Amino acid sequence: MIAFLIKRLFHAFLVMFVISVISFAIQDNLGDPIQQMVGQSVPESERAELREELGLNDPFFVQYLRFAKNAAQFDFGYSYIFNEPTTQVIMRHLPATLELVAATTFLIVLLSVPIGVYSAIKPRAWLSRAFMGVSIVGISIPVFLTAIVLIQLFAIGVDFTPFPADTAWGAWLNDLLSTDGGMPAYGRGNPVHVFGTWDTNFSSLEGLTYLVLPAISLASIMLPLFIRLIRAEMLEVLQSEYVKFARAKGISLRRIYFVHALKNTMLPVITVGGVQIGTLVAYTILTETVFQWPGMGLMFLDAIERSDIPLIVTYLMIVGLIFVITNTLVDLIYGLVNPTVKLTGKPA
Amino acid sequence: MALLEVNNLDVRFALRGGDVRALRDVCFSLDRGERLGIVGESGAGKSVAAFSLLNLIAKPGYIAGGSITFDGEELSGMKDRGLRRIRGNRISMIFQDPMMTLNPVLSIGEQMVECLKAHRRISTREARAISLHKLNQVQIPSPETRLDQYPHELSGGMRQRVIIAIALLLDPDIIIADEPTTALDVTIQAEIMDLLLELCEKHNVGLVLITHDLGVVSQVTQRMLVMYAGRVIEQGPTREIINDPQHPYTQGLINALPQMATPGSRLNQIPGSMPSLSNLPSGCAFHPRCGFVNDANGEPRKACLDKVPGFVDSGNCRVACHMVAELVNQQQRDSREEIL
Ligand SMILES: Nc1ncnc2c1ncn2[C@@H]1O[C@H](COP(=O)(O)OP(=O)(O)O)[C@@H](O)[C@H]1O
Ligand code: SF4
Ligand SMILES: [Mg+2]
Repeated sequence: MIAFLIKRLFHAFLVMFVISVISFAIQDNLGDPIQQMVGQSVPESERAELREELGLNDPFFVQYLRFAKNAAQFDFGYSYIFNEPTTQVIMRHLPATLELVAATTFLIVLLSVPIGVYSAIKPRAWLSRAFMGVSIVGISIPVFLTAIVLIQLFAIGVDFTPFPADTAWGAWLNDLLSTDGGMPAYGRGNPVHVFGTWDTNFSSLEGLTYLVLPAISLASIMLPLFIRLIRAEMLEVLQSEYVKFARAKGISLRRIYFVHALKNTMLPVITVGGVQIGTLVAYTILTETVFQWPGMGLMFLDAIERSDIPLIVTYLMIVGLIFVITNTLVDLIYGLVNPTVKLTGKPA
Repeated sequence: MALLEVNNLDVRFALRGGDVRALRDVCFSLDRGERLGIVGESGAGKSVAAFSLLNLIAKPGYIAGGSITFDGEELSGMKDRGLRRIRGNRISMIFQDPMMTLNPVLSIGEQMVECLKAHRRISTREARAISLHKLNQVQIPSPETRLDQYPHELSGGMRQRVIIAIALLLDPDIIIADEPTTALDVTIQAEIMDLLLELCEKHNVGLVLITHDLGVVSQVTQRMLVMYAGRVIEQGPTREIINDPQHPYTQGLINALPQMATPGSRLNQIPGSMPSLSNLPSGCAFHPRCGFVNDANGEPRKACLDKVPGFVDSGNCRVACHMVAELVNQQQRDSREEIL
């Protein structure tokens, strides 16, 4: 266990090192910080002085060390836009993003496992075929399009009246085809303060309604991927000799599906899936933009638009860190679930 | 009536190009405590036969006809619920590859206890006690610790012992063992086979032993079937078939044994290979490889090319071969003439 943790920690450091070098290179090459700090009127001599003072003339290596030292203390400098430490800006936007990702993950786990398992157990049932068809569509439609369609249908509402409204059946059909709208699709509403910079949407039903459309559209690509992954793994496991042997022992199908097969199915799904959940954080950029969700993604786009280099760099570092943390957690869970892995990191 | 009777079993695989017939007209029976060997080249249909007894052939395979009667009950059309009562309880199975047979994420104990609980209303504690007892019977060192171990912590031989223990858990009437030692190290094959034989004898358990090792068949079984291209082509007492095989294919199998070759010379392999089931030769499926296909005049027997041979009784054996049928008829004519 200890050895496993040390090994993982080492990995994490390595990954963070690579990310920090890349981030630093971006900082070093994109834009001129002096330009951002001082106005047009400041003469070149003063600029040079400032440059020297800030250590911008030092060799790359020295500058990187300085950057890394500060980064280790979560000091990435000041955001140009907000005029406050970038970490503070990030901390203000992080909870919104994490809540969106959490809601999306919940949605994905809740739906993908039963749907994936069902469509593996009954591959020929019309419902399975329908799930597979819809999931292909889900994968191939871009997130922002899904989001716009969702907004039109459930936030704005559509009046679709192809049938004569003065007949009872026509009115009924028109009603069936039209939607009311009314779901919130802009921002977070009035999240409740918990502590620090953390406001939550999870504490009330009203708060949760704000999460529904953004979470669905963020899930729209990952959920079908998960369903298909679980289905494919489960189909393979169901062909295995040990499932056949369990049948030859007279074990009930229910136990075979949910004990023998599901556990083996979920092992690879945990590894692949865990990594995907990490990338969800990065995927939020699009969703947050469409729904004006005040999270890190929206902030990041803002930062790019206005070349707020320190904020961009901080975002990259923090997202990298989240990625590394989720991966480590996933490995840990995998090791706990899979008896053939001793938590030394290598198969026994 | 025998404990297990299989009549005209017909198993097919529904493939895109049409049905492939994996078993045709397979008939055999097994008495209580009897041990039956099934031999034949790989692809002859031995495993399909084994799995269809408990209706365990996977789609697209299906039983297209015939009957499987076990202890007076018909199994071939039985619902899964009914079959579950019998599987693992009254008829259990041992698979070929012990490395693949046990579930990697469940402990040995879990995999034994669940089997007992599927068939008997007992507590986990009792089930563990029985499991331990069975692990003792298959002579596993330190059985208590094995219960909480996972399959990957055991060697192949150990795992096959565990699987034998599972097969014996509910004191079945019959064990079907599909090449139980083929995947093991040569050094422990005999050990495992001896163990299986000893336990079957001791507990009066019937055994259907599938193997392509004629030596094992002659040591372990009392009767045997020889299969070729989905059909049984010879059956009878093991000793008689091994000592005096009637069917040209059985003769070929026995002649191909290493101990039958003169030292220093090549093995007497049967020429050619088994045909694909989807493209069987006409008449006797063995005729392209058969050394006896020609009659006394040196011409290929017409029946061999056109007609699937039926069974004839030859001594205590039943053989499906036109040439043997002619011989038997000849003998009968001769003896009749002698009497007259
Ligand atoms: N899943 C399957 N799909 C199609 N054909 C199969 C399948 N399983 C077995 N068969 C057919 O049945 C034949 C006999 O297979 P098998 O019983 O495994 O042979 P063996 O005697 O070596 O155990 C194979 O040659 C193949 O043609
Ligand atoms: S029936 Fe004819 S071809 Fe077939 S084994 Fe007998 S002699 Fe050979
Ligand atoms: Mg086989």
